[in-house]
Parts: sequence; structure tokens; C-alpha cells
Amino acid sequence: MVDPLIASRLQFALTTIVHIIFPVMSMGLAPFLIYFTWKDIRTGEPVYEQLRRFWTKIFAISFVVGTVTGIVLEFEFGTNFAAFSIAAGELFGGPLAVEGMMAFMLEATFLGIFVFGRERVDDTLYFISSVAVGLGTWLSAVWILIANSWMQTPRGYELVTEGGQTVVKLVDPLAAYFNPRFGYMFVHMQNAAVESVALFMAGIAAYYVFKHHVRGIDVDNVNFWEMTLKIALVALLITAPFQVYQGDMYARSVAETQPQKFAAMEAVWETDSYVPEYLIAVPTNLDSITDPRAKELFGIGIPGGASWLASGGDPTAEIRGLNTFESQAPPVAIVFWAFRAMVGLGFWFILLSFWGGYRWYKGQLLNDGLLHKALMGSSLLGILAVELGWIVTEVGRQPWVIQDVMKTSEAVSPGLTGTEATISLVGFAVVYLALLGLYTYVITRVIRNGPPGREQLRERPDRTPMLDTSAAGGTDDD
Amino acid sequence: MISVESLSAGPLFGLPLSEMWFGLIFTLLATFLFLDGFDFGAGAIYGLLNTDREHEAVLAAVGPFWDGNEVWLVVFGGTLFAAFPAAYANLFSRHYLLMFGILGALILRGLAPEMYEQRHDERWQRAWSVAFVAGSVLAPFLLGVFAGNWLVGNESSVSLIGVVVGFTLTLLTVVSGAAFLRLKAPLDLPERVSTYGQFAVVGYLVAVVATLAILAVRLPSGLLTLLHPAIVVLVVTSIGLTAGYIVAMRRGESLLALGAAAVLTYGLIAVVGIIMYPAIDPATGATISETIVSTLPLNLMSIAAALLLPLVASYFVVLYSAFSGPISPEEAY
Ligand code: HDD
Ligand code: HEM
Ligand code: HEM
Repeated sequence: MVDPLIASRLQFALTTIVHIIFPVMSMGLAPFLIYFTWKDIRTGEPVYEQLRRFWTKIFAISFVVGTVTGIVLEFEFGTNFAAFSIAAGELFGGPLAVEGMMAFMLEATFLGIFVFGRERVDDTLYFISSVAVGLGTWLSAVWILIANSWMQTPRGYELVTEGGQTVVKLVDPLAAYFNPRFGYMFVHMQNAAVESVALFMAGIAAYYVFKHHVRGIDVDNVNFWEMTLKIALVALLITAPFQVYQGDMYARSVAETQPQKFAAMEAVWETDSYVPEYLIAVPTNLDSITDPRAKELFGIGIPGGASWLASGGDPTAEIRGLNTFESQAPPVAIVFWAFRAMVGLGFWFILLSFWGGYRWYKGQLLNDGLLHKALMGSSLLGILAVELGWIVTEVGRQPWVIQDVMKTSEAVSPGLTGTEATISLVGFAVVYLALLGLYTYVITRVIRNGPPGREQLRERPDRTPMLDTSAAGGTDDD
Repeated sequence: MISVESLSAGPLFGLPLSEMWFGLIFTLLATFLFLDGFDFGAGAIYGLLNTDREHEAVLAAVGPFWDGNEVWLVVFGGTLFAAFPAAYANLFSRHYLLMFGILGALILRGLAPEMYEQRHDERWQRAWSVAFVAGSVLAPFLLGVFAGNWLVGNESSVSLIGVVVGFTLTLLTVVSGAAFLRLKAPLDLPERVSTYGQFAVVGYLVAVVATLAILAVRLPSGLLTLLHPAIVVLVVTSIGLTAGYIVAMRRGESLLALGAAAVLTYGLIAVVGIIMYPAIDPATGATISETIVSTLPLNLMSIAAALLLPLVASYFVVLYSAFSGPISPEEAY
């Protein structure tokens, strides 16, 4: 039987890593859907209705899977981390409850109208529903990230011992909720979601554009895919550079408030100044993969780069080494490599966006096969970067569950047995693999089927007779 | 402006906030069990129907609503966590595997309709139909097992009272589900849906009596607790409502029948709350005053709930009025 602590950590890791995929899809799609709905209502152009309906379908499926996996997470605080929930309930429970009342309720009720109600409500209420759904997804992020950022940089609390148990008392709600990390985290996360969805859209659209324009195979609704590609590229041009720019400030905030995590991100063991930032770190032997140490890595480093990152511009600044902390270091290898990979991907997305933008400017967006292939290959990399970023955040915080306040080893439910924990862990591993497989399968099918054909669109009162005849040419048994 | 000092000094307006939160949490639980209850019940009845058209009528009827309905469970869990963190943590970790059983049932029930729509071949749809029915029946049953064990303070999740309350709740969801389906799909579904509801309500009454009998034996002060005037009134009302439900269903007054089912659900949960009070976790004997969070977060939560819950109610009004009247299977997208 697996030790209850290890099993709980593995299970929480597994279930959040799966859950986050779906919120990323829904939070990232939200602004696009609001835009499509707006354009559909205002212009009445068929392509916007296609865009709205196609991406709404993907949104709805993601939302359902996001819901069922999210409820699991909320329960897990009680089932697996009861000691943590008791100790931090005052600060932690409130945001979760408000998230439910403020965000999930808004999203879930208006989604009913947004998905099923186009024929039942007028344009105004329909547009409001799209905004309400989008706002709901973003507000969920606000509250869950308030809870998480407080675990990274706890503020506004007092430790009190009650009946032998140390618990956290809320004393300053504003300081606690708007803790130093929250703003960085929220902006970085939401921009990452939009960026990831833009990459996803661009990758799929590139496939069809490539097939049609480069390979010369006829594709239905090709203008729908061209439009998708362009809209996604615009979004990418905005989000990709911003993510890296803002990520740099974010890293500085980590260096200030969680020096131990920052040292792990840079694999600095001995306190040192003028520490380089290895953009590309090449492990020289097996040991330097599993136990990277900045000093021993062979790589292309920006001299003083890490010091610069930590201090906000001073390449000679000192970085405190992992050896100087009393608590044990987090698993450095995971944190170090995950951070490198996220940053590397961030730069790759910038390159991709500039490349696409340049070809578009030159009028060659639709027939640059190499660009299309690069986009196709990158369609899931945004989500990968999100996973890596979360691994840096959460694994880098170890051995603390609440930084400098409570250790993860003290957080687990006291009564939990190894047998119970192992049963649920194995159960989740099976169910979540199946869930991912199913989601992939269904989304792939939706993409293969493409957007609704012209003949399935709503009646357009202002449609010209000419368009009508061409639409009637299609078969209607689809 | 309200300052942190004044919010920390004492409960807002001197209100009995811990009692109010105790009441609110059970109200939220009952709201979930009624609203998602009719979705669960519709899922159980789905298993008794045969044709594709009937199945699609059921899916169309619950389609726009179930997600909003299920959020009440999330809010119930969140508020229990926020107001009584120790009760939340101890209860959930004590019934560890049961909680994951409930989650498993909810996963099946949530996924099934969405997946069903995705492919139109028979095997795929049959598999998801089975998942839909299984999830819809198991979720209320296991929630009932949880509620029963919570109420009497069982350490173990497997118990007679748990099973009996499980059946009670499952039957109650069928009662609501039948009325809901008669309301939303009167033409697409056969008359016998109404009969299912009537059988279920009789079964429900029997199950309630069985529950009360076990409680009389199990509870420390047994009969005495159960003779609490409020409980007696609730039980008598329930008998009246059962009769009312049957009459309403026979006359085709589905909305009235659904209303009766709602009152039955709130009544049942009220009985649970009254028996439990002032404990919140009978297994440890922890009372509400021992487990309630301190004054400042309690006040903040109270303000948040007072502002947000009426807003949430307005969303539900918008949703249910957008989809008032029957919903035809063609509306499923
Ligand atoms: C598209 C996804 C994506 C991309 C391209 C980047 N990030 Fe990121 N990053 C995330 C997605 C993400 C994330 C998954 O969304 C995280 C996890 C927690 C959070 O708020 O954002 C994150 C966390 C995260 C952290 C951890 C903070 C903590 O421990 O609390 C730092 C320091 C950075 N990022 C910095 C960067 C830098 C310097 C980047 C580029 C040069 C970068 N990120 C690109
Ligand atoms: C959805 C994105 C997230 C991902 C991918 C993620 C990932 C992880 C991982 C990998 C761990 C295990 C770390 C370890 O034990 O070594 C973990 C632990 C944990 N995370 Fe997260 N996390 C996410 C969001 C959150 C949020 C929003 C919260 C709080 C509101 C949270 C709270 C926790 C807690 C309480 C633990 C368990 C204690 C611990 O191991 O530190 N996580 N998470
Ligand atoms: C580990 C901590 C987390 C917990 C406890 C949690 C909890 C939940 C719950 C209970 C739901 C279902 C709500 C419903 O019934 O509609 C949900 C869905 C959702 N969660 Fe999480 N969540 C966590 C992490 C995150 C993170 C890090 C984000 C993004 C910043 C996020 C964003 C969302 C969104 C947008 C939804 C709506 C469903 C969807 O669009 O996929 N969650 N979450």
C-alpha cells in the first residue's frame, strides 16, 4: 500500500493536472465566443454563426468535463487534506464558497441559455448570456487563484493555538486576498489561457488551410478555417510577447517572496552573485539531469541573467542558495527543468506569432506550408506550458503547503489509511486516463465534422435570393 | 464604511450567525437535492423508457438545467468548508471512499448526456444510456448513505441507516423527476411516467417511516427527539403532500405535483437538521458553536451570501423562464 501522504499528493497532482486542461479551454475560449456572438448578431454574416456554433460546442464539452473534474478537487481538500482544511479553513474556505456563488452559478445557468437557447431568447439576452458565461469562467479564476496565491505568499493572518492545534485566523482580509502574488498569478494565468487557446485554434485551422491551399485537396467551409487562423494569429501576436514580458516580472516577485523556490528554479545551491540564466541548459551527464546544479551545467547562459531576473535589472545581485535554508529543498530537478521548458516554450510562441504575422503581412499566410506545420505541431504546446508552469508553482513550494506556515507532511488527513488512499489513487488513475481519452476522441470528432454547413444555419431574413439558391444546392440530409 | 475592527468585534447586527449558517447549509443541501433531484429522477425514469425518441425527450428536458442545478452541491460543500471547516474536513475524510463513490456517480451522470449526443450509433448510445441511468440512481443513493451516516454519527460508511436513507432519497428524486418530465415533455413521454411518480411517492413514505423507526432505536434520546413538535408537523405535512402529489399527477397538474415534491424535499432535510441541532458532526459530538469560524470571516461570508444568493436566484429565474413550457427533443443541439 502506498503511504497516505504520498498517495494523496500523487492523487492531487494527477487530478489537478487533468482538471486545469478544461478551465484553460473554457477561460481561453470565453473572449473569442463573446466576440463571435457579437459579430454574429451585428453583421449576420454566416461565417460568424459558424464560428460561434463550432467553438461553443468545444466550449460546452470542455465545460462539462471541467465541472466533473472540478468537484473532485473541491472534495479532495476535505477527504485528503483534512488537517490543512481545518488549519486554514478560515482563509481558504471563504474564497471557495464565494467562487461557487459568484462564478460557477453565473457560468452554469447562463450556459444553459447560451448553448440551448438561441431560438428562445432575443439577441440582447443571448449576447448577455455569452458575456455572463465568459465572466463566470474568469471569476472562477479570481477566487481559486486568491486561494492558491495565499498559499504561496500568506498574509493577513495570525497563528493561534486552539486545543493543541495551530490554526490560521484571518485578521486582515484585504491583505490576505490581495496578497503579493495574486495579481501576477491572475494576469499570467488568464493570458496563458487565451494564448493556449489561440495556439489550439491556429493549429487546427492550419491543418485545414494546409490541406486546401498547399496540398490542393478540397476542404468544406475553407473560409471558416482561414478566418479561424487569422483571428487566432491576432490573439497570439498580442498574448505571446505579453506572456514573456509579464512572466519576467512574475519571476521577480517569486524571487522576493519565495527565495527557496526561486533558487530551485535556477538550481542555485551556494549563495552567489552574478548568476547566469541558462536559456538552454545541456546536461553533460545523467546526474545533471536528475540533480541539476547551476554551477556544473554546460549551457548557453546570459551572464548575470538569473541575478538580473531576481533583482529586476542588477546582473550582480546575490541569489540565496538552497543550502542556506533550514527546510529541505524542493525536488530541484523537476522545478528546474519545468521552468526551463515553460520559458523556452514562451519564446517559441513569440517566434511563431512573429513568423505568422510576417507571412500574413507579405500575403503568404495561406500557402506557407512550413508555417502551417509548425502551427499544427504547436497546437497543444500552450496547454503543456500551463502544466509546466503549475508544476513549477506547486512543486517549487514544497516542502510547504502554506509557505513557511505549514508543511505538506502535516496537511494530510490524520485518519486516512494507506489502503483507502491507494484504492482512490488507482481508481482516479484509471478513470482520469479514460476521461482524457474520451475527451480527446470527442473533440477530434467535432473537429473532423467541422462547422455546421451553410444549410444548417439560422434563417436570415436579409439573405439575398442569390445566396438562397446557392444554399439550396446542398443536400439537407446531413 | 465598515471597518475590519467593527467586523471583528461581534456578529453583524448581533444576529445569531452560527445558527443562521447551520440553517443556510441545510437549505443549500435541500435546494441541491430538489433541483438536481429532478434531474436524477429523470435519469432513473430514463431507464424505464424504451424508445430513442423518449430517451431524447428526457435528455432535452434536463439539458439546459442540470449544470446550474449541480452547482448547488459545490456551493453546499464550499459553504460547509467556509463556515464549519472542521466539520467539513472530518466528515469528508471519515467517509473517504464513499465521497469518491459519489464523485464517480456524478462524473458518469454529468458526462453521459454530452457524450450521447456525439455519435449516433446504437452501441455508443446504449453504453452512455447505461452510464446515465447508473449515475442518476447511484448519486442520490450514495448521498443518502452519506446523510444517514452523518446524522447518526457513524464512523463507518456502511450501515443500515445509510442504506435506508439512500433508498429514501432515491425514491424522492423519482417523485420529483416524474413531475418534472410531465411538465417539460408532456407529449413526448407516455402516461406511465406519471404512474412511476405515484408509486415512488408511496415508496418514499414507507422509506421515511422505516428511517424514523431506525432513528428511534439508534438516537440516544430516540423517540423523545422524534416527538419534537416541528418534526411531528413535518411528518404529518408529508403525508398530506403525498396524497396531494398523487391527486395532482392524476389530474395532470404537473407543476403542482413538482411543488409538492419540493416541499417534501425541504421537509425531509429540515427533519435531518432539527434532529442534528446543535451538533454539526454527531460522530465527534462537535457542535456548531465549537466549529464555527471566527467572527471576522463569518461576517464577511454573511455579507457575501446576502448579496450573492439573491443574485443567483435571479439567474435561475432567467434560465427557467427562458425555458418555460415544454422542451422538444429537436431543441437539443
Ligand atoms: C502559455 C503558457 C505559459 C507560458 C508561455 C509561460 N508561462 Fe509562466 N506560468 C504559466 C503559463 C505560462 C502558468 C501555468 O499559467 C503558471 C502557473 C501558475 C501561474 O500563475 O501561472 C506559470 C507560472 C510561472 C512562474 C511560477 C510562479 C510561482 O511559482 O508562483 C513563473 C516565475 C513564470 N511562470 C514565469 C514565466 C516566464 C519568465 C515565461 C517566459 C519567458 C513564462 N512564464 C511563460
Ligand atoms: C489547476 C492547476 C494546478 C495544478 C496543475 C496543480 C498541481 C499540483 C501538484 C503537481 C501538486 C503536488 C505537489 C507535490 O506534492 O509535490 C499540488 C499540490 C497541491 N495543490 Fe496544486 N495545482 C494547481 C492548482 C491549485 C490550486 C488553485 C490550489 C488551491 C486553491 C492548489 C492547492 C494544492 C494543495 C492544497 C496541494 C497539496 C499539498 C501539496 O502537495 O503541496 N493547487 N498541486
Ligand atoms: C486545485 C484547486 C481547484 C479546485 C478546488 C477547483 C474547483 C472547481 C470546481 C468545484 C468546479 C466545478 C464548478 C461547476 O460545478 O460548474 C471547477 C470548474 C472550473 N474551474 Fe476549477 N478548481 C481548481 C483549480 C482551478 C484553476 C487553477 C483554475 C483556473 C485558474 C480553475 C478554473 C475553473 C473553471 C473556469 C471552471 C469552470 C468549468 C470549466 O470551464 O471547465 N480551476 N473547479
